[in-house]
Amino acid sequence: MPKFVLLWTDAAMWLMAAALAGYVLLVLRRPGLRANWIKVFGDAAALSSSVVLALCLGITLLDSLHYRPLLPPAAGSESSAPAYDTRTRSLLDALLVRLVDSREATYSRPLSYVGFTKESVEIDGQVQRVAPRLKFGGAHLQDPATQWPGDLAWRSLLGLALGALVAALLSVALLALVARRDHRPLPQAMAAAWRGEGRIPWRVACITLGVIGLLAGPVALLAGHYHVFGTDLTGNDVLYQALKSIRTAFVIGTLATVATLPLAVGLGILAGYFRGPVDEVVQYLYTVLSSVPNVLLIAACVLMVQVFIDQHPEAFETGAERADLKLFLLCAVLGLTGWAGLCRLLRAETLKLRELEFVQAAQAFGVPSTRIMRRHIFPNLAHLMLIVTVLEFSSLILYEAVLSYVGVGVDPSMNSFGGMINLARSEMSRDPVVWWSFAAAFGFMVVLVLAANLFADGVRDAFDPRSRAFRPQLGLKRASP
Amino acid sequence: MGGYIVRRIGYGALVLLGVNLATFFLFFTVNTPDDMARLNIGGKRVNQEVIDKWKAERGYDKPLYFNEAKAGSEKFTDTIFWERSVSLFALDFGRADAESAGDIGHEVATRMWVSIQLALPLFVLQLIASTAFALLLALFRHTRLDFWGVVACVLMLSISSLFYIIVGQYFFSRVLKLSPISGYVAGWDVLKFLVLPIALSLVARLGAEARLYRAMFLEELGKDYVRTARAKGLSEMVVLYRHVLRNAMIPIITSAGSYLPYVFLGSLVFESFFGLPGLGAYVIEAITKQDFAVVRTMVFLGSLLYILSYILIDVAYTWADPRVRLA
Repeated sequence: MPKFVLLWTDAAMWLMAAALAGYVLLVLRRPGLRANWIKVFGDAAALSSSVVLALCLGITLLDSLHYRPLLPPAAGSESSAPAYDTRTRSLLDALLVRLVDSREATYSRPLSYVGFTKESVEIDGQVQRVAPRLKFGGAHLQDPATQWPGDLAWRSLLGLALGALVAALLSVALLALVARRDHRPLPQAMAAAWRGEGRIPWRVACITLGVIGLLAGPVALLAGHYHVFGTDLTGNDVLYQALKSIRTAFVIGTLATVATLPLAVGLGILAGYFRGPVDEVVQYLYTVLSSVPNVLLIAACVLMVQVFIDQHPEAFETGAERADLKLFLLCAVLGLTGWAGLCRLLRAETLKLRELEFVQAAQAFGVPSTRIMRRHIFPNLAHLMLIVTVLEFSSLILYEAVLSYVGVGVDPSMNSFGGMINLARSEMSRDPVVWWSFAAAFGFMVVLVLAANLFADGVRDAFDPRSRAFRPQLGLKRASP
Repeated sequence: MGGYIVRRIGYGALVLLGVNLATFFLFFTVNTPDDMARLNIGGKRVNQEVIDKWKAERGYDKPLYFNEAKAGSEKFTDTIFWERSVSLFALDFGRADAESAGDIGHEVATRMWVSIQLALPLFVLQLIASTAFALLLALFRHTRLDFWGVVACVLMLSISSLFYIIVGQYFFSRVLKLSPISGYVAGWDVLKFLVLPIALSLVARLGAEARLYRAMFLEELGKDYVRTARAKGLSEMVVLYRHVLRNAMIPIITSAGSYLPYVFLGSLVFESFFGLPGLGAYVIEAITKQDFAVVRTMVFLGSLLYILSYILIDVAYTWADPRVRLA
């Protein structure tokens, strides 16, 4: 039985997943909220990007179940106490165990069967400079020069077919759910989806699933025997690093925005509702906070965290725990330094709300202030919180890369897009150039951030009627002035 | 207006006091002078004697907030907090914590000009380029050009600025050899070192800003005075340039003005990537060397510049919109 490890960010991510599930239930019960979310998913770009984000969320949650494998008892030792591996693994590592274990000596090109750097090898008594065969990449080929193209081709084709099949099955399952909800037979629902009927364009979701399937299928099949995105300086598989980086990005994007909420919401409502001296104090606090350039403030806080961690090495059993606590505290720092903007927004909105009739009526009935703030003001601010949280998500993922470059980001032992870009800087100045690590980080990051941005735009347009007017439209109709 | 500015400066001083207290707490209470000494001396030579000597050299050998040993007002003035605060407000930054590093004030004074050389042209060009692009999209609103322009903006703002730098450096400096990869010289020759960082920074921020400005223009376009202007028979160009542009200036000034502090502080990432010895690169060096004295100084300078630039923005409002009265 392996020993399960609950890291700080794991607990936070599972809590977040539970909160998301709770929110979904709430949305299903409230008709007003439901109508707004139908508007969000009615936007093709937002629907398509939510499929991508859901996939990334799945990877994140898989990567948030950590354990330390039980080691076989050492020969000769009589002690019955079980020994555990010092390395902490996640469920995702267990699924990708081939990628974790297939470590090469150093760089290798994507899909290659030979190393990137040449070595001196003695062949027939003569020393020659040749690129050595890789230990794992293409190791199953007897005669690589002739077999390699064919092997790649049939694996890719099989991958395409399998990916298409899985995507088709998922699409049918999705449409079956839709059909059940609408109480009509599946073929009819499929035909309707294909024609783009209904308020939610389900065919966009199916097409997105298809594209993901067609891309992921060949990669999945090739990854068992090749390094699809090559290997890095220490021979680690780049695809594995990119997949692990998704979790880091997601954790920072979600935890750091959620961490801003308590302070922003609490102080914003208090300042707007009570006005006067309370308002002055809160305004002073957020002016002080926002007057320090963000990167500097974060750097200062993270340096302090670093000093604390360095002084208490005994508090952490494994390196993973230390790196994880650092990530958790980084999110806390981002939250504690980033609440000023949202607080300012909520304060202004509360100032407006407290003058409205329903609040005045509640005051006239003698409802206590805390109850008014909780029951009457807070629910009317929820849409602002949602919009800002979703908008922040993508900018935090981008921010992580900059912070890692500055040296105050996540622990270097933890995979992150920032870390990959950081290494890529020196790799891009090599000759011949090592581009695959950079390209993989670029691809994954752009897809993730773009999806988050499009989703955020959809949410904003649905929940903030004012912003819908600025939406670009392809329709060639003249604007009504 | 004079009274308003005096009040704003007074409030700014209060905010600076708050910033000073917060940074002091962060840097001296969380991380005591003993910790700093240990970190900077490093290695095996650390003993109390060496630590005390290091602290005495830098004036860290006093109580933090309150000195029991002294009498009268010296109980407060003979402390690290008092001395550091007074010297910061007098813009005397002292020397860096690191053994070899010199006087911070001198470094800031020389490096500031490098940052200005990079950031001032960038600031002006950025404002022009983003406004021009947004105006173009607003002029062709609800057409294909507008749609694909916004798509391009979203795509551009989804790409990390680090990617622009790395790809730009690789492509323009290594493959095409159009400009040096990094470095700095004094005099007019510096231009060839500055062109690439300025151009890349321009592109990196264009997407986000142009999209924001476009929304501002469209908001103005929906207002009554635009309808009046059109009803008078003015052409669309005149409506956009004479009426909408001037009215959209206020939100644009607010949004562009928030970049003003960085004209002096420089861009952390761009300066260090292109080897420009400005203040941004200085901060990164200090962070990697964990030189707290430098980081502390830069936090203080940063908030000072922020406060000054916001007063400047307020003054700019009166210039952009004669209806605004500061009182």
